[in-house]
Amino acid sequence: MLTKRLIACFDIINGMVTKAYKFQNNINVGSAVDIACKVYEDQVDEIIFYDITASAEKRKIDIDTVRNVARHVFVPFTVGGGIKNLDDMYEVLKAGAEKISIDSMAVRNPGIISEGARAFGSQCIVLSMQVKKVERTSKIPSGYEIAIDGARVFTGMDAVEWAKKGEDLGAGEICVNSIDRDGTHSGYDIEITSLISNAVNIPIIASGGAGTPEHVVEIFTKTGASAAIISSMLYSPLMKRNYQVKEIKCKLMEHGIPVRPWIEGYINI
Amino acid sequence: MIGIIDYRVGNAPSVLNALCSLNIDSCLVSSPGQVEKCTGIILPGVGSAQATMDSLAEIGLIRVLEDKVLNKGLPFLGICIGLQVLFEYSEEGDAKCLGWFPGIVKRFPDQLVRVPQIGWNEARFLDKHPVLADLGKGEFFYFVNSFYVVPEKEDIMLAKTWYGVEFCSMIAYKNIIAAQFHLKKSGARGLKLLKNFAMWAGIKSNGKAGG
Repeated sequence: MLTKRLIACFDIINGMVTKAYKFQNNINVGSAVDIACKVYEDQVDEIIFYDITASAEKRKIDIDTVRNVARHVFVPFTVGGGIKNLDDMYEVLKAGAEKISIDSMAVRNPGIISEGARAFGSQCIVLSMQVKKVERTSKIPSGYEIAIDGARVFTGMDAVEWAKKGEDLGAGEICVNSIDRDGTHSGYDIEITSLISNAVNIPIIASGGAGTPEHVVEIFTKTGASAAIISSMLYSPLMKRNYQVKEIKCKLMEHGIPVRPWIEGYINI
Repeated sequence: MIGIIDYRVGNAPSVLNALCSLNIDSCLVSSPGQVEKCTGIILPGVGSAQATMDSLAEIGLIRVLEDKVLNKGLPFLGICIGLQVLFEYSEEGDAKCLGWFPGIVKRFPDQLVRVPQIGWNEARFLDKHPVLADLGKGEFFYFVNSFYVVPEKEDIMLAKTWYGVEFCSMIAYKNIIAAQFHLKKSGARGLKLLKNFAMWAGIKSNGKAGG
């Protein structure tokens, strides 16, 4: 049986991991490679890297950091930020990443999703979206709007419609990042995660708001999400306490949620 | 030396990273001449069956692989699309494949499950095999696939997995092994399987393995 995934997601600035609150006020947490190795040994199921300022600064992604991390972690590794075309994608894959996450660039040029899917397969393309709860209007019937560029620019696009379009264009997964919940540790946005997972037939990653193992249980029992991002819980210094992957998985198993079993003596091969 | 077939749509570099972390002598192979020095070959793959077939044809590797693997018994490991192309035909883009084994490649039932399958799923082993040394009766590996193989002959199946349907997640036949899951992205268990393959292909790991 396919298990639910716990994903550690890092926002990177200059090779360092940072933590933000509602997409702002980033603070430094440590080196990307060190933290990636730590969560890999802690048996997280997957790792995502966002070079968060690459897109806004209109520069290429930090390939050296990607390459360095890929040498040390052997779970799926997704990279996003500043990816504009097939050559950028190829460079990231060649550096050892498994998947490419496209966010603001996909809004500016939706064709990049289909081009990427054609060249490297749908499974390679993660459509990441920044969503914010707004008033329901005829233009935004779901009541969730898409933002880009680190939640700085609002697009007037409906989140559910954008998710469906992303699936049609060939995205293999959708990562739903809640701007309202980002860094708040107050639980995932159940409503939008549920709306989107019901609207598409590709896997959904819930992101933003995880603070306790109960929040992770909630997202998997109340929505069709296939994966959940738990970054803050693992390493954020802004939290009262951090958790180990093992603790979170135990809690999920208590609720009958299928997970990859945590293994004692894992890295002795 | 383990040779990893490298083509633009594949993810050979991540396989190379994994073998390096295990201190296993390995290299990327992108022309027929480079196969000569290899004692084992890995065909990784992402993308589609057609793209993989096109790339193999373009770099002129199909005939040399048939000669070395099918006729001369060179140990071979196929990963993901590297498993699928060993069969006759893939529903994905109506692709004609290598046809080393009778059987086809089918799409998961969209009405039952989200496609692609992405995540950790259990491969339950049906038999013993040197590449499964020190592994349990079933292990969790990382899968990313919309399609799965349906071998005509059941006796080549080495593992089965459930995703809406029960499908063949690993095959074994003489010097050939192939897996639907991504060994190099399956944590310690995946690395163990890779290491076992290298041992099976006669490679000794230099020193203690990392990872």
